[in-house]
Amino acid sequence: MSAIVSVDNLVKQFGNFTAVDGLSFTVNEGDVYGFLGQNGAGKSTTIRMMLTLIKPTAGSIKIFGKEILHHRSDILRQTGAMIERPDLYKYLSAYNNLSIFAKMSGIKVSKKLLMDQLEMVGLQEAADKKAGVFSQGMKQRLGIAVALVHNPKLIILDEPTNGLDPQGIADMRNLILRLSNEMGKTVIISSHLLSEVEQIANRMIIIDRGKKIVEGSVEELLDPEHTVVDIDTTNNEATQQLLASSKWNDYLQAEKPLQLMMNKTQVPALINDLVAGNVQLLSVKASHSLENYFLSLTTRHEHVEAFAN
Amino acid sequence: MKMLLTMICCAASVVSVAQQDAAALIKKIQAKLDLVNNYEASGKMKTNVTFLKVPEADVKIYYKKPNLLKIKNEKGISFVPKGAVSINLSNIIGGNQYTVIDAGMDKVGTVSTRVIKLLPTDDNADVVLSTLYIDEAKLVVLKAKTTTRENGSYQLDMTYGKYAVYCLPDKLVFTFNTKDYKLPKGVTFDFDDGAASKPAEKNKTGKAEISFSSYTVNKGVDDSVFK
Amino acid sequence: MNMWRLLQIELFKITRRPRTYIAFAAITAIVFIFQFAFKADGQSYMDLMMQSAKDEFAFDRVEAINGYFMCYIILNTLLIQVPILVALIAADSISGEANMGTLRLLVSKPVSRTQIILVKFAAATIFTIFLLVWMAVTALFLSIVIFGTGDMLVFRTKGTESMIMQITKDDVMWRYYAAFAYATVALTVIAALSLLLSIFADNSIGPIIATVCIVIVCTIISNINVPIIDRNVKPFLFTSYLVGWKGFFYIGTNENGNTIKGSLENWPAIRNSLMILIAHIVLIVGISIAVFRKKDILS
Repeated sequence: MSAIVSVDNLVKQFGNFTAVDGLSFTVNEGDVYGFLGQNGAGKSTTIRMMLTLIKPTAGSIKIFGKEILHHRSDILRQTGAMIERPDLYKYLSAYNNLSIFAKMSGIKVSKKLLMDQLEMVGLQEAADKKAGVFSQGMKQRLGIAVALVHNPKLIILDEPTNGLDPQGIADMRNLILRLSNEMGKTVIISSHLLSEVEQIANRMIIIDRGKKIVEGSVEELLDPEHTVVDIDTTNNEATQQLLASSKWNDYLQAEKPLQLMMNKTQVPALINDLVAGNVQLLSVKASHSLENYFLSLTTRHEHVEAFAN
Repeated sequence: MKMLLTMICCAASVVSVAQQDAAALIKKIQAKLDLVNNYEASGKMKTNVTFLKVPEADVKIYYKKPNLLKIKNEKGISFVPKGAVSINLSNIIGGNQYTVIDAGMDKVGTVSTRVIKLLPTDDNADVVLSTLYIDEAKLVVLKAKTTTRENGSYQLDMTYGKYAVYCLPDKLVFTFNTKDYKLPKGVTFDFDDGAASKPAEKNKTGKAEISFSSYTVNKGVDDSVFK
Repeated sequence: MNMWRLLQIELFKITRRPRTYIAFAAITAIVFIFQFAFKADGQSYMDLMMQSAKDEFAFDRVEAINGYFMCYIILNTLLIQVPILVALIAADSISGEANMGTLRLLVSKPVSRTQIILVKFAAATIFTIFLLVWMAVTALFLSIVIFGTGDMLVFRTKGTESMIMQITKDDVMWRYYAAFAYATVALTVIAALSLLLSIFADNSIGPIIATVCIVIVCTIISNINVPIIDRNVKPFLFTSYLVGWKGFFYIGTNENGNTIKGSLENWPAIRNSLMILIAHIVLIVGISIAVFRKKDILS
C-alpha cells in the first residue's frame, strides 16, 4: 500500500501559540482515515495546511508523493475538500455553484456531469434553487458534491456531520463508505466524535494540543482486550472489597474505584460473579479504553474551560 | 498791449473757427452715417479677455437705425461684450446732445487726424466724454474713445476699405474694461496641473476684434433679430 | 488554469449579484435628477456661474445648456461619488468570499493566489469600465438626446483665477472619449485599493468604508489651498490626479487668448497624471498579490 499523504514533523505557530506541534502521520491509498481531536486540537489547522490555505511554520506535507508547496496545483487538481461548514455562493443556484467549482478544478464541465453529481447527493430537484435558501443538510450535501465533482483521488472532509440531523449523519456515513468501497477513494475525515469515526474509518489518529496522541488501525486501537468496565451498585465500598478479594483484583484500575479493564469476553463472567456475590447492581458499563481516554480529554477540556470562566 | 489784445482776439477767432470746423466735420461724418438705415454684416470675431478662452467666431452683425445692434454667432455661443452696441458710431455721434470741442491734431498710426471731443449736454447721460480721431481726407473715424459713468471706458480702433463711403470699417478693435471674473466658491473641483497661474493684472482690459468680410447695406433687417 | 476561464467565472459571479446593479441604478438616478433639474431651471445655474460677469457680457444661456455641458456638470459631481460605487464591488472581492466561506474552497483549487488576485482585479476593472460606459450612455448620450448639442462651456478655477472656456461643438466628442478613458484609469486605482483592503477583512463593509474614508480624506487634503501642502503633500496623493480627466477640456489658446481647435492646454500634465495613476495601480496590485500570497486563510 502506497502512502497518499505523508505528513512529517509539521509545525504551525500563530504568534506565540503553537497550533500544530511536530505532527507526523501517514494516510495510505484506499484508507478512510479518521482524524480525531477535540475542538481546537489542531485538526482544522492541519487540514488547511494540507490544502495550502495556511503555510506551515516547519515540517513537510507530501501528497501523492509530492511536496505540496512545490506541486500545489497538480495535487489540488486531484484533491476534493469540504472544510468545516460548506462553502457556497448564496446568490447562485446549486447547479451554478457546482459548475463554478468544477471549472476551477480544471475539468471539462457538461450538464450531464453536474446533474449526475447532484443526483448522487440527492439534490437533482433543487438544482435551480439558490444555495442561500438551502437547509443545513442540503448545503452539506452540495458541499460534498462540490468536493467530488472533479473526481478527485483524495477527499478531505472536515467535520462533515456537523449540524446534521441523525438521518443526515447516517446518509453521510453511507456516502463515505460508498466512496471508499465502490469508488476506491482515499478519504480523510476529521471529527471530534470517536463513535462517528470508528464506524467508518479503517485507520485513525487522535491529536491533542497539536500533538499526536495515537495513530493506527481502528481494529488495533479498539482492541476488545482493552475494555473498561464501570460498575455502580447500592454499596460500592462493599463491592470494591469483594472484587479486591477475588480473582478480579488484577483487573481493578487504580485511578477510579469500581473500574476494571479486561477483555470484552470476560464481562459476562464478571457480572455473574457479582450477582452470585449478592451485589445489588445499579449499572455495568463496558466501553473501550480509547473511548474512555477520549472522553477524559473532553472532560479535561471542560475543566479547563470551566476554570477559565 | 494792443498787440496782445489782437493776439487774444485772433486766438479766440481761430479757436471759434476751429470749433465751427469741428462741428462741420462731425456733421459731414453724421451725413455719411445717415446713409445707412440698416445693414447686415458678416465677419470674424476674436475675443481677447483674460478669463475668456473662446474660439475665433464667425459672426453676423445686424444694425438698424437709430441704435439697434446685434452680434450673433451663427454656429455657436458667443460672448458679446455688453458695451459692444457702441461699435456703431451713430451711437456716439448720432443726435446733437453734445458740445463739440476741437482738440487739435494727432497721429493714429501714420495718419494725421483731427481730434474732436464731444461733451454731452445732458448731465445725467451715461457717456461723460467721447474723443474722436478723424481722418479729414477720407472723412472716416479711425479711433473713438468713450468714457462712461457706469460702464468704464472703451475704445474703438477702425480701419477702412470698400465701405468707407458709409463710414463702415473693414476691421474694428473694441477695447473695454473688464472686472475680475470669479466663480462661486466650491462649485468646481479642478484639476491642478501644477502650472503656476499668471499673476492677475490690475487694470484688466478686454478686446474684441471684428474683421468684416461683407456688408449688405439698406436691404432691410427684420426687427426680430434684435430680440 | 486558464486565466480567461477564471475571469469568465468571476464575471459570471459579479453579474449574478444584486449589489452589482445598485451601482448602475444609483448612477441612473443621479443622472436623471440632474437632467430634470437642468431641464426645469438650468438658466439659474448659468446665472450663478456667470454672476460676476453678467454686467459685461451677454450670451445665449439656452444654447449653453446643451448635452455636452450637461455631461460635464454631471461628471463633475458624479465622479466624486463613483469611487464609492466601485468600492462596493471591488472591496468585496476577497472579503466577500471570506464572509461566505467560499474563499477556503477558492484557495484550495488548483489556481494560484496570484491568479486569484489578478482575476479579481481584472473583474473589478471590467466592472468599472461598464460603470463608466453606463455613465457615458446616460450622462452624455441621453443628455445629447434631451438637450441637443452645441458649443460647450467649461467653468474653471485655476489657483486664484476663474475662467470660462468655450469648446466648439465639433471639438467636444473626442475629449469625452479621452476623459472617460482617463476616468477609467483613475477609478481603477480605487478598484485596486479596495481590492487590497478587502484582503484584510472578513466582510465587505470594512474595506468599503476604509476605501471611501481614504478617498475623502485625501480629496480634502488635495483641496486645501495652502502652499506648503500644495508643494509637499498634494503631488503624493493619488486623489490629486483623479480629476485629471478635466484636463481634456482645458483647451489650448494662442497668444491672443483664442482657443485652438483640437488642442490641449497642458498635455504633459495629463500624461504625467496618467502615468502616476498607472504606477499606483501596478504598485497596489503588486502589494495585493504579495500580501495575499502570504496570507493564512483562517476564515
